[in-house]
Amino acid sequence: MLTLIGRRLAAAIPSVIGVVVVTFVLTRALPGDPAAYFAGPNADAKAIAEIRTALGLDRSLPEQFVRYVGDLLRGDLGQSLSTGRPVLVELASRLPASLELTLLGLVISLAIALPLGILAATRPNSWVDHLCRVIVTLGVSMPTFFTGLVLVYVFYFLLGWSPAPLGRLDAFFSSPPDRTGLYLVDSLLAGDAETFVAAAGQLVLPAATLAIFTLAPLARMTRASMLAVLSADFIRTARASGLSGGTVVFAYAFRNAMLPVVTTLGMVFSFLLGANVLVEKVFAWPGIGSYAIEALIAADYAPIQGFVLTMALLYVVLNLSIDLLYGIIDPRLEPAA
Amino acid sequence: MSELLRVENLSVAFRTRGGIVRALETVSFSIARGETVALVGESGSGKSVTAYAAMGILDPAGQVTGGRIVFDGIDLTEASEREIEDLRGREMSMIFQNPRAALNPIRRIGTQIADVLLRHGNIRRADAPAEAVRLLAQVGIPDPARRSRAYPFELSGGMCQRVMIAIALACAPSLLIADEPTTGLDVTTQAVAMDLVRDLARERQMATLLITHDLALASEYCDRVVVMHAGHVVESGPVAELLAAPRHPYTARLLAATPRPGIALGDLAAIPGELPDLRRAAAGVCRFAGRCDRRRDDCAGSLPPIPPGPLHDAACWNPL
Ligand SMILES: Nc1ncnc2c1ncn2[C@@H]1O[C@H](COP(=O)(O)OP(=O)(O)OP(=O)(O)O)[C@@H](O)[C@H]1O
Ligand SMILES: [Mg+2]
Repeated sequence: MLTLIGRRLAAAIPSVIGVVVVTFVLTRALPGDPAAYFAGPNADAKAIAEIRTALGLDRSLPEQFVRYVGDLLRGDLGQSLSTGRPVLVELASRLPASLELTLLGLVISLAIALPLGILAATRPNSWVDHLCRVIVTLGVSMPTFFTGLVLVYVFYFLLGWSPAPLGRLDAFFSSPPDRTGLYLVDSLLAGDAETFVAAAGQLVLPAATLAIFTLAPLARMTRASMLAVLSADFIRTARASGLSGGTVVFAYAFRNAMLPVVTTLGMVFSFLLGANVLVEKVFAWPGIGSYAIEALIAADYAPIQGFVLTMALLYVVLNLSIDLLYGIIDPRLEPAA
Repeated sequence: MSELLRVENLSVAFRTRGGIVRALETVSFSIARGETVALVGESGSGKSVTAYAAMGILDPAGQVTGGRIVFDGIDLTEASEREIEDLRGREMSMIFQNPRAALNPIRRIGTQIADVLLRHGNIRRADAPAEAVRLLAQVGIPDPARRSRAYPFELSGGMCQRVMIAIALACAPSLLIADEPTTGLDVTTQAVAMDLVRDLARERQMATLLITHDLALASEYCDRVVVMHAGHVVESGPVAELLAAPRHPYTARLLAATPRPGIALGDLAAIPGELPDLRRAAAGVCRFAGRCDRRRDDCAGSLPPIPPGPLHDAACWNPL
């Protein structure tokens, strides 16, 4: 197991290097002059030139690159020009917000998609099966920001059931003591039920938006994969041995059907990391997605580079987890012991 | 000998996109306790469907449209799903062709055996693994304690079939249905697997329904033969008598198409024609008539099916 993890991590190194190079080049190719942006509209050419020197932007690209890599190796992602704070600190404080949202979205999605897919597969042509088909068709045709806006319109504006879509906590609440950075977990750890409820209330709509986005592929894959497995020979053996319906569906069919679902889960997760950017904007969510957008608008290099690098590392971790999950589910994939 | 399984006028139909397939029509036969009966017929004749119907594991598209299946005095066509589930694996079990695919690929074989043992009770959870190892030893798996922790992909095809046999016999059933258990195994492994089934069956007074299209295999291991063609039982009787003097032209054809010692492969006659389309076949009429060289004008009339029982009988207007 450990060697597998080691090998996977080693295999990821070239792609991380690639990402470092590409983000560096891309951010430099962005339109706009950060020095001019920061000098302000009234600055003269001399002031802009001074700022440019201060930022090291007057040096050649290779020189800038070497300095950038040197900083990275020391764990320095640079400073955000717009806030003046270190990018690493800002990302670290915003990442939990994004992770909490994304993970909750996935959990909700799985909690609906898996039972739905299983029921649809075990009862073909029943109402559950039809419901599954409708959801799958609707789900793929709705872009996330649109779903998000509709949810806000209906549940906040029309019905007034949900709090204003303005971040992780209502202004009346202070954030729970920071342990994991996930408000739901932290408020539970602190035994603060009110904050928990308030944080959950803020999370419901954006998480539901992400859940709706991912529901379709997960439910469809679960259904298709269960259908395929349920018609396999070994299911017939299980039935011929008198194993009860529940054992057949869960211990025999479901575990075997999980492999393609896990693959889809990995893909969906990586789509989500992208979709997050828009959803965070709609719900004023202080995550790394909205951070990246603001930085992009300000032509602020360091945060963008930091964001892309964070995403790349998340992908590496994600793929590694998927591989490990695969190995746990399917003994045929375990490297020879 | 007392009767264990009695299939009486069993009809099964499948709803398909192309129409209703009448896969079985008034099929009757019986098996006594401890008896070994062969169910033979070419591919598509309805052997597996008969077995699945008896086990109650037809796919959802298939339905028993008539007849009775009486197992040990219980009419399975009337019994609840729950009652049949309790019988499966305990009183009647089944082994399949392609043993590797018939085992759960990601579950240890010992666990798969334990699943069946635990399902049918009379064993404590803690004792199940040891009992699984004992069963593996009984079907001749070397080093059973280690092998019980193996996955099917780590075993050969022959080993997998032994595991299947161990699963099927775990609860000492009174009937074993073996659906082409040797297809996909090489010749020596075939003989070993069949000998194993026969020896275990004798030891436990277990009845066996051996499904095969190999008449040589049937003649070697079985007491009686039931011949099927296109969803009908066309002939049944004691093995020696039926093979020596077949009465139905189809059985005769089947025999002529079976390699035997002393007959060169070139002399084997293929069976002319194809199985009729089961969606269009008229009810109660000989389905072999279209391929038969002994056909007479009255062959289009409805044919009384063979009743279940040990007597030699053929469903034919113009028997040999
Ligand atoms: N699920 C199904 N749906 C529709 N028709 C089916 C289904 N299963 C079996 N049949 C039909 O029933 C007939 C008998 O099939 P069966 O599998 O019993 O043949 P068999 O005698 O076991 O052949 P083989 O030697 O190839 O196993 C076939 O003509 C087939 O078309
Ligand atoms: Mg078959």
